[in-house]
Amino acid sequence: MPGPTDVTAPHHYHKVVDCQYACPAHTNVPEYLRLIAQGRYTESYLLNRESNVFPGILGRTCDRPCEPACRRGRIDGKPVAICRLKRVAADLRDDITAYLPKAPTVRNGKRVALIGAGPSSLTVANDLLPMGYDVVIHEKLSQAGGLMRFNIPAFRLPAHVLDEETGYIIDMGAEVHYDSPVSSLKSFLDDTHFDAVFVGSGAPKGKELDIPGRWDAGAREHIHIGIEWLGSVHFGHIEQIAKRVLIIGAGNTAMDCCRTSRRLGGTDTKVVARRSREFFKASPWELEDAGEEGIAIIENHAPKRFVIEQGTLAGMEFDTPTGAVIIPCDEVILAIGQDNAFPWIERDIGIDFDKWNMPVIDKSTFESTRKGVFFGGDAAWGPQNIIWAVEHGHQVAISVHQHCQALDVHDRPPQGMHLESTKMGLHSWAYSNDFNPSPRSQMKHAELVERFSKLSAEVELGFTPEQTATEVERCLNCDVETHFENTLCIECDACVDVCPVSCLTITANVESEGDLRTMLSAPAQNTTQDLYVSASLPQTKRIMVKDEDLCLHCGLCAERCPTAAWDMKKFELVLPYASMMSEVTA
Amino acid sequence: MTSIAKPAVRHPGLKRNALGFTMRDYEGAMSTLCAGCGHDSVTAALVQACFELALPPHRAAKMSGIGCSSKTTAYFMRQSHGFNSVHGRMPSVTSGASAANRDLTYIGISGDGDSLSIGLGQLCHAIRRNVRMLYVIDNNGVYGLTKGQFSASADIGSTSKKGEANVQPPIDPVLLALTLGATFVARGFSGDKAQLIPILKAGLSHNGLALVDIISPCVTFNDHDGSTKSYKFTREHEVEISAADFVPLRREITVPDTTEAISTITMHDGSVVRFRKTHDSYDPTDRAAAYAHVRACQQRNEVATGLLFLDEGGLDMHAVAKTVPTPLVDLTYKQLCPGNSALQALMEKYR
Repeated sequence: MPGPTDVTAPHHYHKVVDCQYACPAHTNVPEYLRLIAQGRYTESYLLNRESNVFPGILGRTCDRPCEPACRRGRIDGKPVAICRLKRVAADLRDDITAYLPKAPTVRNGKRVALIGAGPSSLTVANDLLPMGYDVVIHEKLSQAGGLMRFNIPAFRLPAHVLDEETGYIIDMGAEVHYDSPVSSLKSFLDDTHFDAVFVGSGAPKGKELDIPGRWDAGAREHIHIGIEWLGSVHFGHIEQIAKRVLIIGAGNTAMDCCRTSRRLGGTDTKVVARRSREFFKASPWELEDAGEEGIAIIENHAPKRFVIEQGTLAGMEFDTPTGAVIIPCDEVILAIGQDNAFPWIERDIGIDFDKWNMPVIDKSTFESTRKGVFFGGDAAWGPQNIIWAVEHGHQVAISVHQHCQALDVHDRPPQGMHLESTKMGLHSWAYSNDFNPSPRSQMKHAELVERFSKLSAEVELGFTPEQTATEVERCLNCDVETHFENTLCIECDACVDVCPVSCLTITANVESEGDLRTMLSAPAQNTTQDLYVSASLPQTKRIMVKDEDLCLHCGLCAERCPTAAWDMKKFELVLPYASMMSEVTA
Repeated sequence: MTSIAKPAVRHPGLKRNALGFTMRDYEGAMSTLCAGCGHDSVTAALVQACFELALPPHRAAKMSGIGCSSKTTAYFMRQSHGFNSVHGRMPSVTSGASAANRDLTYIGISGDGDSLSIGLGQLCHAIRRNVRMLYVIDNNGVYGLTKGQFSASADIGSTSKKGEANVQPPIDPVLLALTLGATFVARGFSGDKAQLIPILKAGLSHNGLALVDIISPCVTFNDHDGSTKSYKFTREHEVEISAADFVPLRREITVPDTTEAISTITMHDGSVVRFRKTHDSYDPTDRAAAYAHVRACQQRNEVATGLLFLDEGGLDMHAVAKTVPTPLVDLTYKQLCPGNSALQALMEKYR
């Protein structure tokens, strides 16, 4: 028989908070939105920073796994604009340097090397520096930020935002060696004697498209690898492009390439994809932005060969469902994916590689088969996104800390939770419980003329104060949980009757959850959300079932409950971080 | 009371009825009754019953008097007609409304105070006239709106919240209705919608006055250990002596999936009430037997529930008065008031 649901452990309530559950770093979204609603931008920023470390950067560039998960999307089709509200907190915060953790003057004697200065490495540094670790970063390029800096164009992510947020970490006292690529991990490990080494070198190799014509003398110089080309643009090595440009691929890198191309003179830039739109890897909003800038997106065109005429690139031939097609062009940018590349890691130093030439990494500890060598970010399992890299960094910091104390890296602190009533008085709650029917706010974008005038002109202009005020109220406060005490229930049906989205049912228990779902007041279309099942009720021994799918967290069940069997309790997930663990005793 | 109105958003999977409405379209204003009041559950049951019957809201009239129960007409079918009358006068006002417009569905909501004390005479005569209406009594044994004094339905020995015992004998609306010749008599419990909703649907389809006494606990004044109208007492002492299913006309009538003995009664509109025998030899068409059975239950401290008596062959008010089939409101002035010559001709007949 299903239930009773255990709400003393965090899992059930955590899963109810869709955005936080979907976020790899489990950022406490509803709480930071409430802080924005109260105008407490600095606190909101700091709360963000605890889990995602780069709120200003992520507020502009995150892949937003939270938004498709947002319950509001299941209510009226459009999720809360969580990501852009994060940016509001970052944009409007006060100086936060006083609130940042500081590295202690007395060090703990342990030295950790980080290879690469991207988001995962910087997160490891962020977690370990305040604990007294000496952190040494080796970066092959001349600035910190990794892919965030070299592969994301400035019109999406201004340099000053990057400088500020990477600076917060480095200024805690990391020792950074720029322009110093590690060319041999073997000699690095032999020569340096660090207590732990973290490899956060990303997936820096763009995929090749080896079709006829690719290496022809006249064509070669007009064909670019997307991420390398973006890097060259960043460093000013490339300042213009020809008029007719084809971008091959339909991921987010392709979107960055086409929009950059458009700004560098590629007035006739087209994106050509092998498959149809529903299979595109690019985020829908990035596709929209590209479309807004007049970039044509061509589907179902599989590259066949590069067309060379009179010794130079003249176009590309594609296979299409209706036959072969040649699209003329002057330059081509390949954005069809990234690979990891570890030519600098010897295969005889105790780090095992699998048949795909990827290091064998433990899923929970991030440790390689060589003790004390950890991998994270894109270097661990191939390209993901920034927020995953940040979460890897937090986990690696815990592993490094365990390792440096000679403890088992598999022995990791569990998640915890706080649960606190939001009742302030009769029908008065410590959160805004009314449902705001406003549609999702549209962010204002810079005019096209403005955008194309300067490569670094930011396109998204942020929310106005009015938009911010409305958008935060769209949040349903899913972390304010409907908490039920079965022993108090008198089965009067008041909660069942008042629920606007029919998510409560009192019923006799049955054999399976599948059967139970058919007995609900309104069976859910989305069954990925769990059912809450109470222990048996005092009078009839039936059970209270709550389908968590569509709950508005309006609190009407608790307001109509005569015995306070329902209460609205704020759930706070307590995430383990290295900094919460005991200090190293040197 | 609640701090906010019920948000307008609804579950996307809500069923629609033959009119294309969802259950939410049958709701009304937010209740201002106490949290957990049985009356709110009765309201919810009415919402569901009217939704399932696909009752056109603009063809219904909600009638009430005074009391907590009488407030509830505001809490369902916001698009329907309504009349909130003087204390105890709902049956008379409904009789008048029905006389003028026999085509509306009348839903009268009253309480034990409104119907068994100040309005008892009105109730009795509405039953005798057999006004075509659903007559709901939200019965909680106390005057809740005036802080919980015993009402006329309080049982001997049941206590007030402060512990004082009631010594006056109760009026049982079910027994009363049976003696007055009511053609549809039922008792339900606000905490058992599965039983209540088919009874309400049958009542709304009945050709005459359908009296439904509903035990509807007062959470504030009469839901304590000494009460005989509490959630707990009712659950422990309820005996369903006649279980009824309601099969509306437009649904295919299938053989029910049960081994119980079944008897059916066809309503005047073609719908069917199907009785499952839950109690040996109970016959819901035998008035004297029904009376005796309910009386016996009462003496055993049991609360008899179910559709207890049904006579679909009775004459309703319009049949007795031999009024025209067209509602009076739809007649022209000339037809209603044919002038002095017609009056003189009529008077001549009596000379």
